[in-house]
Amino acid sequence: MSAPAGSPHPAASARIPPKFGGVAASGAAAPAGPGPAPHQQNGPAHSQMQVPSGYGLHHPNYIAPSGHFSQGPGKMTSLPLESQHDDYYSGLYAVPTQNVVTPSTANQSGVQQMYGRGPPAPHVVGSTPGSFQGAASSASHLYTSASQPYSSFVNHYNSPAMYSANSSVASQGFPSTCGHYAMSTVSNAVYPSVSYPSLPADDPYGQIFTSQNAPTVRPVKDNSFPGQNTVISHPSPLPPPPSQQHQQQQSLSGYSTLSWSAPGLPPTQDSLVRNHTGSLAPTNNNPTNTVADSLSCAVMQNVQPRKSSPVVSTVLSGASSTMPPAAKHPGEPVAPVTQPSELLQHKGMQYGEYVNNQASSAPTPLSSTSDDEEEEEEDEEAGVDSSSTTSSASPMPNSYDALEGGSYPDVHSSSASSPAPDPAPEPDPVPAPAPVPAPAAPQPSKMAKPFGYGYPILQPGYQNATAPLNSGVHPSSQGYSGYQQYPQQYPGVNQLSSGLGGLSLQSSPQPESLRPINLTQERNVLPMTPVWAPVPNLNLELKKLNCSPDSFRCTLTNIPQTQALLNKAKLPLGLLLHPFRDLTQLPVITSNTIVRCRSCRTYINPFVSFIDQRRWKCNLCYRVNDVPEEFMYNPLTRSYGEPHKRPEVQNSTVEFIASSDYMLRPPQPAVYLFVLDVSHNAVEAGYLTILCQSLLENLDKLPGDSRTRIGFMTFDSTIHFYNLQEGLSQPQMLIVSDIDDVFLPTPDSLLVNLYESKELIKDLLNALPNMFTNTRETHSALGPALQAAFKLMSPTGGRVSVFQTQLPSLGAGLLQSREDPNQRSSTKVVQHLGPATDFYKKLALDCSGQQTAVDLFLLSSQYSDLASLACMSKYSAGCIYYYPSFHHTHNPSQAEKLQKDLKRYLTRKIGFEAVMRIRCTKGLSMHTFHGNFFVRSTDLLSLANINPDAGFAVQLSIEESLTDTSLVCFQTALLYTSSKGERRIRVHTLCLPVVSSLADVYAGVDVQAAICLLANMAVDRSVSSSLSDARDALVNAVVDSLSAYGSTVSNLQHSALIAPGSLKLFPLYILALLKQKAFRTGTSTRLDDRVYAMCQIKSQPLVHLMKMIHPNLYRIDRLTDEGAIHVNDRVVPQPPLQKLSAEKLTREGAFLMDCGSVFYIWIGKGCNNNFIEDVLGYPNFASIPQKMTHLPELDTLSSERARSFITWLRDGRPQSPVLHVVKDESPAKTEFFQHLIEDRTEAAFSYYEFLLHVQQQICK
Amino acid sequence: MEAVVFVFSLLDCCALIFLSVYFIITLSDLECDYINARSCCSKLNKWVIPELIGHTIVTVLMLVSLHWFIFLLNLPVATWNIYRFIMVPSGNMGVFDPTEIHNRGQLKSHMKEAMIKLGFHLLCFFMYLYSMILALIND
Repeated sequence: MSAPAGSPHPAASARIPPKFGGVAASGAAAPAGPGPAPHQQNGPAHSQMQVPSGYGLHHPNYIAPSGHFSQGPGKMTSLPLESQHDDYYSGLYAVPTQNVVTPSTANQSGVQQMYGRGPPAPHVVGSTPGSFQGAASSASHLYTSASQPYSSFVNHYNSPAMYSANSSVASQGFPSTCGHYAMSTVSNAVYPSVSYPSLPADDPYGQIFTSQNAPTVRPVKDNSFPGQNTVISHPSPLPPPPSQQHQQQQSLSGYSTLSWSAPGLPPTQDSLVRNHTGSLAPTNNNPTNTVADSLSCAVMQNVQPRKSSPVVSTVLSGASSTMPPAAKHPGEPVAPVTQPSELLQHKGMQYGEYVNNQASSAPTPLSSTSDDEEEEEEDEEAGVDSSSTTSSASPMPNSYDALEGGSYPDVHSSSASSPAPDPAPEPDPVPAPAPVPAPAAPQPSKMAKPFGYGYPILQPGYQNATAPLNSGVHPSSQGYSGYQQYPQQYPGVNQLSSGLGGLSLQSSPQPESLRPINLTQERNVLPMTPVWAPVPNLNLELKKLNCSPDSFRCTLTNIPQTQALLNKAKLPLGLLLHPFRDLTQLPVITSNTIVRCRSCRTYINPFVSFIDQRRWKCNLCYRVNDVPEEFMYNPLTRSYGEPHKRPEVQNSTVEFIASSDYMLRPPQPAVYLFVLDVSHNAVEAGYLTILCQSLLENLDKLPGDSRTRIGFMTFDSTIHFYNLQEGLSQPQMLIVSDIDDVFLPTPDSLLVNLYESKELIKDLLNALPNMFTNTRETHSALGPALQAAFKLMSPTGGRVSVFQTQLPSLGAGLLQSREDPNQRSSTKVVQHLGPATDFYKKLALDCSGQQTAVDLFLLSSQYSDLASLACMSKYSAGCIYYYPSFHHTHNPSQAEKLQKDLKRYLTRKIGFEAVMRIRCTKGLSMHTFHGNFFVRSTDLLSLANINPDAGFAVQLSIEESLTDTSLVCFQTALLYTSSKGERRIRVHTLCLPVVSSLADVYAGVDVQAAICLLANMAVDRSVSSSLSDARDALVNAVVDSLSAYGSTVSNLQHSALIAPGSLKLFPLYILALLKQKAFRTGTSTRLDDRVYAMCQIKSQPLVHLMKMIHPNLYRIDRLTDEGAIHVNDRVVPQPPLQKLSAEKLTREGAFLMDCGSVFYIWIGKGCNNNFIEDVLGYPNFASIPQKMTHLPELDTLSSERARSFITWLRDGRPQSPVLHVVKDESPAKTEFFQHLIEDRTEAAFSYYEFLLHVQQQICK
Repeated sequence: MEAVVFVFSLLDCCALIFLSVYFIITLSDLECDYINARSCCSKLNKWVIPELIGHTIVTVLMLVSLHWFIFLLNLPVATWNIYRFIMVPSGNMGVFDPTEIHNRGQLKSHMKEAMIKLGFHLLCFFMYLYSMILALIND
């Protein structure tokens, strides 16, 4: 490549000699900094460079990090650069040039330029391929004429690439960081009104919220409505009404909640409760998502106007709606009515001050968003006033506030006097010991119970669940399936600084999560409501600050002190991450210096401790760091000397706008390339129409800025490029038939600016579906097409979307059919789960090195060796979609699914050239990662693209004993380039307690997280060893953990199968896993289906994965408004969960099964005709058609309820589920019945049999 | 003749020792993040076959020259080398696969393996040296 020296081209850096490369690129900072390796202490600035794999060159404008880093070109730091460059760039870049040049000189080029427009063109094309393909020599003659245009192309190529121009623009776009403070406008969150129409009691609640929210100037950033991940670009956020603007969004303390056990609640109360609790739920299908849900139109705007004002205005997105996370905890103590009023007033005052501060800061040159925020704040102020008055008069026992304001002394005193502890430990696997068993709770408690309140008079601080294990005795109030537990304590006593959450041991009765349950006798293990994530047993302060479990979960919320203890518990230890989740609120921080630990490069977070005003102690490596001057200024309050009030220290999920230190090249533009299969098979399937239609509709919604580029390639046995250069009258098709040595027919104008060439793109999209209708080409040269795509993308990076409909049969990467259909239901060996060739893996690694992700859409009717093809996405951080037996007319449900998936796929958020680093407290180490990415160094994941639907898992081990620490922290830092060309760092920090007793370890098990981690491990095991090994390992996981529990913790009779409350669902979920497509045996499973299920297990975030493993079953023929929630002015009924067994199906009923990616509605034979008529629109059972995928919009109450419930379930899924109506007698019912995992099948145990099997294994 | 055999073995052994050291250095570089997995694996995979051939030659040579003890000593290691090479899954990029090497403690086990081989080759080195001197004296 003849890129001018100094141009921001990756190739240039490849030439930098290794030792000096480090110096040259020293300006580039690692996203997540160096790993734990000691060398990094020497020169953090240098180690930073290792990072973004794609960046070969640092822009000349970048300034090396200033003096406070010890500098000096360290050898070790320079090495990584060198190696990366060698590896990724050198050679790669040179290739395209050669390819381009050779054809022009050697006349071997297989390029033909066609100047046909639209439909007429394909005819010509169709006729030509034959000549290209077979006779190379004749072709070369034919193309000599085409060599002329080549030379000109070459010229283009040699001239400074368009990209460099773009990039220079981009670099200018970065804020000059010269000012003392950079200005940050923060995400402009709009708070919808929380209105509880028709709820008599709503007033106090809303007001209380506001009042509570007031004092804590702490934005809650996480999307508290897991069910509804509001897409960032929400079109019309509601304007905030004066009061009640806060939905309670409590990410932390949330899950412990509510009184599901009290089914007889008046609906209004119930819904109120849910208002408080539902939003906390980590699971997506959360029926408790509430009124707040409907209001959750809060929009986070990622785009931040930047100004070079000398004032740091780090306004948090949540600033206006500051929520005390712990506040609405249902398990809160109910305080006397008078007490809240005092508190409220007190807080109101505080809040007023805050508002004033904000208001005074308003005059700073903020953007218009600041005005909005100001308005909101004023509104809130008003709300506070009203609430403080009315709430005192409110009859509702509300002491939410008592929980919230940990730092207010009055709160403590008042809370201490709260009436009665609610001892009732809830079945939720959270280790929250209730202090005093009080079966006879005083009056308020009774009132409160339906609301899910507890009255713990716990001392704050960590309840080190020294649960007395006299398991025979349980508090009488231990409702089994009803209560969630209350890990709440009164705030305040604990005035420890946030970094040092102390552990205060307390004698307390056994928490529900430890209650031994005899599994063989307990018939209804499955709760009626979705299972929440357990809350780490931290003190209130920390709990409030902790990361939302939707983003970050650990399989053990109590970390064992030593590896020996972990081994004894026989439980997997690991993290489950959903780092790029769509968030409705996210504090975004712009500041000159991003404060990080000098030794381990940890970002400052809420769990660090401030030793004094000027020094903070890292919570991961315990190094004492200086607080930079800039950090002393708190932009929120405009006060000086309060570093602990900074937003970085007040939020565990924050996003930084990174400076140029964090780039090795200017941020790349959004680049999208579509590689489409147009062989006969593909045309037959007819996906092109759907794709082009979706693209046309969403062209304007593609994430990106004015630099966005887009390109198209099609392939059958040849590769077709499309020249869409602005100024052409019509798209130009360029055909390359030389698939053995692929080259780009023209260096630019294949990827064109979306806005400049929009008309041409639209022309092409309109023409494409018809261009190949008469093709008779059956071969598919996928490998060469991918190579070409890689060459096209490598200068910039971006996203390649590959649509493939059959087994690749030509050129590099061709595959053979490996599936033996007779082995599909074999119980013995399942072969070919791994890739057949390393071609796709190598390609993916090359792509990953050039910041290109490959997303695969496989629409195939026969075996296509997904195991091999999936590699192209797995290692390039892409995603995989699979549509078995896709046909646009014969299989309308798949077509509809593709359409919906595409809509989400095209419009969802995207981050480019990303890297993610996960750090953990010294003593812990990460050893295995799961997900779609490439592990570039021990803790650095290279993600060419990151999308909001990607989940990750990490396995942990304990290397050193954690005896000298009471808390461990995990930090994920995701550095990415937003579609707007901004470099951003999203940081999540999770804090967990360390325990020393086995009982505590069991008390803190997060069973869903453990299952997801085990599923990931089992996938690895099936590929590397065998499927039966993986299945055995899954069964052993249950056997080992339960027997370990039985022999160490529980001292009950050993004949029964005893599990702690936290693990009661463990056997059930494992059984579900064993019957999952990925791991089942004995049932006919196509290899591709199995492999796809495995891919999903690896890459789905926990919430979606759990649905896939264990579907939710609801009865929907008797939906009532009892317990319903309100979403967007719709009433969404909340039917209870049914266990997955045919015994729950009655012939008179209709049931909805939510399997994550598909919904089934099963209609019993004796189903009420009223229901069939009102909801399905048919007169009786017999007239229901076999294939029905939509519920008609009927104007009946039951139809409305059913539809609103289904819509509500659908919201926020990455893959929009397709609905199948299954009649009891139709052949499709096997599809439905295979998900009833508690039942026996010919090849697998029923749940009870499985328990007996486990018990037998334990006794052995 | 015997001396020639041992002189050759000695040289071969030296090469294998250097190779083991190279493996260890490269792997520890990877462990410390000085190089990335991709380049580490491509560097190492290049040397897997030379190592295998080098060691097999010595083993066969010992068999041919009827040094049973040394042959039996070398046999397990040679077998392991060949087994490891054959058992690489078709989708992997060699014995060292950049996508796998950070998983499931593979890096550590590779490291351990390289260490053991280094020790083994050092042992062999002195044996060959001793045998060579003995053979030269006898001549």
